[in-house]
Amino acid sequence: MTMAATTIPIHAAKQRSPSFEYLSTKKDELVGWARKFSLFPYPFVTACCAMEFMSVSSSPYDTDRFGAALPRFSPRQSDLLMVVGTLTHKQAPILLKVYEQMCEPKWVMAFGACATSGGFYQNYAAVAGIDKIIPVDVYVPGCPPRPETVIDAIMMLQDRIARSQHLIVNDRF
Amino acid sequence: MGTQVFDVVQQQLAPMTGEFSRSHGTLVIALPPAALLDIVRRLKSEFGFDLLLDVTAVDWPGQAPRFEVVYHFYSTTHRVRVRLKTRVHEADPTVDSLVSLFGSAGFMERECHDMYGIVFRANPDLRPILLYEGFAGHPLRKDYPKQQEQPLVPYRT
Repeated sequence: MTMAATTIPIHAAKQRSPSFEYLSTKKDELVGWARKFSLFPYPFVTACCAMEFMSVSSSPYDTDRFGAALPRFSPRQSDLLMVVGTLTHKQAPILLKVYEQMCEPKWVMAFGACATSGGFYQNYAAVAGIDKIIPVDVYVPGCPPRPETVIDAIMMLQDRIARSQHLIVNDRF
Repeated sequence: MGTQVFDVVQQQLAPMTGEFSRSHGTLVIALPPAALLDIVRRLKSEFGFDLLLDVTAVDWPGQAPRFEVVYHFYSTTHRVRVRLKTRVHEADPTVDSLVSLFGSAGFMERECHDMYGIVFRANPDLRPILLYEGFAGHPLRKDYPKQQEQPLVPYRT
């Protein structure tokens, strides 16, 4: 019974490839790359566009592919404010308060024609675009927008985050 | 359909009030504001119109009593509707409140007060319901400028 157990070392014959030992990037790009794939949206949903918001977040279109799926219902935990639907003058103070409660970095998406420009409402009740109240990073046209348009807007926002300078990057980091 | 109740209503109420007409299977009664509360009380207690559907108003600019306050009632026994119309002047747009007869009148009268400025006497709570505190004017009046906004938050420059 001299049958010696043979162990096969897993990495024995594998040569280390020197090409993957170093990675060179810029600090801003590194932070941007991390941030653009972890967008936590806060859905500020006021009107019928909500149906399209549900459609784009559920499995057929699936914004989770872009790291932007988990809605946080506290503005303090979120970094993408999605204003989905018509904003009335009565609601404007609430939107402003929610925006001010969000921590930096934060981005805003105007979802649909009403949030973008007031849409077909030109009257005493509706605000003609949320950018009269808070700054907006990306506008999504449509009444309501197609899911593809929303996904395109998320990708545009990701590009912008990846290319922008980040305040966290300073001389100590 | 129980439209024969209309003939009874018309016969009984004719001495008290103004014009009767029919419109799309509905009995329409135009009456002076002073008669409103009595007529509604009798419609509810004697003729079974036990559901108040809506309180609204119509602005007729240029006409002498400018506003027309409109009420719709439904009878759950006869399954027919009746509409009451009463005219009030711009200087004193006051009618009696129906909250003593129909609790649901409270919110609908508040909305009508928001939009047209009709004052409902004896309604205990005429605060804004759809508009906000500090809103000047009544947006569904024909002379309210269509695009006049009254923002609560100062606009970004």
